[in-house]
Amino acid sequence: MMRHPLYGLMAEFETTDDLLNAAQRAHAAGYRRMDAFTPFPVEGLAEAIGYHKTHVPLICLVGGLIGCMGGFFLQYWPNVFGYPLNIGGKPYNSWPSFIPITFELAVLCAGLATVFGMLALNRLPTPYHPVFNAPRFELATRNRFFLCINARDSRFDAQKTREFLQSLNAREVSEIES
Amino acid sequence: MSPDGLEKTAVEARPPVLAPGHTYASITDKISSIVLLQKTKRGWWFGFAVAFTLFMVLNFAVGYLMLMGVGIWGINIPIAWGFAIVNFVWWIGIGHAGTLISAFLLLMRQAWRQSINRFAEAMTLFAVASAGMFPLLHMGRPWLFYWLMPYPDTMGTWPQFRSPLVWDVFAVSTYGTISLLFWFVGLLPDLATLRDRASNRLAQITYGFLAMGWRGSARHWQRYEMAYLLLAGLATPLVVSVHTVVSFDFTIAVVPGWHSTIFPPYFVAGAIYSGFAMVLTLAIPLRQFYGLEDFITLRHLENMAKILLATGLIVAYGYVMETFMAFYSGSTYDRSMIMNRMTGPYAPVYWLLITGNIAIPLTALWSAKIRRNVAALFVISLIVQMGMWLERFVIVVTSLHRDFMPSAWGMYYPTIWDWATFAGSIGLFLTLFFLFIRFLPMISIFEMRGLVHQVKEEKA
Repeated sequence: MMRHPLYGLMAEFETTDDLLNAAQRAHAAGYRRMDAFTPFPVEGLAEAIGYHKTHVPLICLVGGLIGCMGGFFLQYWPNVFGYPLNIGGKPYNSWPSFIPITFELAVLCAGLATVFGMLALNRLPTPYHPVFNAPRFELATRNRFFLCINARDSRFDAQKTREFLQSLNAREVSEIES
Repeated sequence: MSPDGLEKTAVEARPPVLAPGHTYASITDKISSIVLLQKTKRGWWFGFAVAFTLFMVLNFAVGYLMLMGVGIWGINIPIAWGFAIVNFVWWIGIGHAGTLISAFLLLMRQAWRQSINRFAEAMTLFAVASAGMFPLLHMGRPWLFYWLMPYPDTMGTWPQFRSPLVWDVFAVSTYGTISLLFWFVGLLPDLATLRDRASNRLAQITYGFLAMGWRGSARHWQRYEMAYLLLAGLATPLVVSVHTVVSFDFTIAVVPGWHSTIFPPYFVAGAIYSGFAMVLTLAIPLRQFYGLEDFITLRHLENMAKILLATGLIVAYGYVMETFMAFYSGSTYDRSMIMNRMTGPYAPVYWLLITGNIAIPLTALWSAKIRRNVAALFVISLIVQMGMWLERFVIVVTSLHRDFMPSAWGMYYPTIWDWATFAGSIGLFLTLFFLFIRFLPMISIFEMRGLVHQVKEEKA
């Protein structure tokens, strides 16, 4: 794909309400390739820009199941096949004694899968991203709220989109180079 | 005034979770300035110097231990466990409050956790580091610790998976890992804040590297919050399981005074008890020295005091049941063990423990006046920690020192090296904690912004 000279248009807002309203209006106007940037999680914002589903819980479940089955097998195999020892006449597969480690490994794998899955889905680490070029974007981690409409959106038009964003009570609208 | 009005004033009399008048910007600037702008305080240098000295004592004591072996400690048969296990259980218990604050209170949607969770999690991490060291040192040949892990060795042997000591390895290492992940995930947006606010190049690069390019995207937040919630859901049962497994180290044995079904719940309650005491011990000076009274208000201190009271009562119930069962069971050994605990050579330790854990805190904390008195809470928190340390001493030592046959009886006296290692572990903990408050935000900035937002919405 050809590299677009313009990454998108970034609008800066003062409050969460302005941003939420703008995101909803932009979605209603047919824009799809957009993202919002906020200093803390804002309820309903992801839905407003049309993002509903997250796969993090599924990854967590899969990680947990792998840890659980792997953890049990880790104890079952050596005790029954690898190096069976008769200790006090206990059955080789004395499964109740295997539960603590099975549980711990299930939690461990589920936790690792959740964190690394979340980072991978978020494509982090990403040391460079065009949105960092937006003026005053360092305030996105302090007290400002941003909405970015990507230039690759099918309805994007540098002039019209800018006017649209300005009509949404934006403090400033600026172009971002890619 | 109507009865309605009366009720309202009573509710409003409770101190707020966040002092009024704060904005997103003021919170961000205030918390990040401690790390980025303020000059290192003289008090910090003093505290760090003391902590670092103790940490060096630890290195010296451990170095000598490596050279000479565990014989430098006071342990011998019948008391083979001594300080190492007492300290291990004490430290790991302290860690539990951090996880409970960050995970369990998150699931319960308690807004007051927001300003104390970060440093409580750091406390957990450093307490686990201090705890994990002791069983390894106690093994005698710590450099062979990897024998505890299941790995395909040339002899084809495996760890004894039916042993609680092996469960411990898995429980504590899982706990350490999950605590680290939880802490780091929580820090991520704040590291981005520090990156964006830092003015010197080194800080920008360091925090920028650690923040991994976090930009606060709505999609990212969505996945982030889900991951954080799932981690909280995983950490809550984990924290209960860890101290349960630690209590199995005792209960699976047949030693009178250890072999008891009440141990797992009462160990977990005791862990939370000592952990919340430690959170208070750390929070009270922190809010004073760094002027954080707006964020860590009397409400937080009072709530923590209430948790101390509740968990302390569970611990007291544990003691009562332990004594009752010793007589009710009709077992000679159990009865003589408990009588020896209360009247034998270690009786002063036992009664000091009852004073520190039950008599003082559980009478004082009923009073709302004391729960809101910062100085009194600080003293009580120290007393509780001492009491909980003595509890573990009593469980470990008095249960072991009178074996089944009088010919095998003995006494345990800690040596200077026992004390040096114990003091040194406090040094390790405090050194890490001092570095943490200097280089990382001790209060979660993004969650505090969320709290400001929440307060605003409630008003509107």
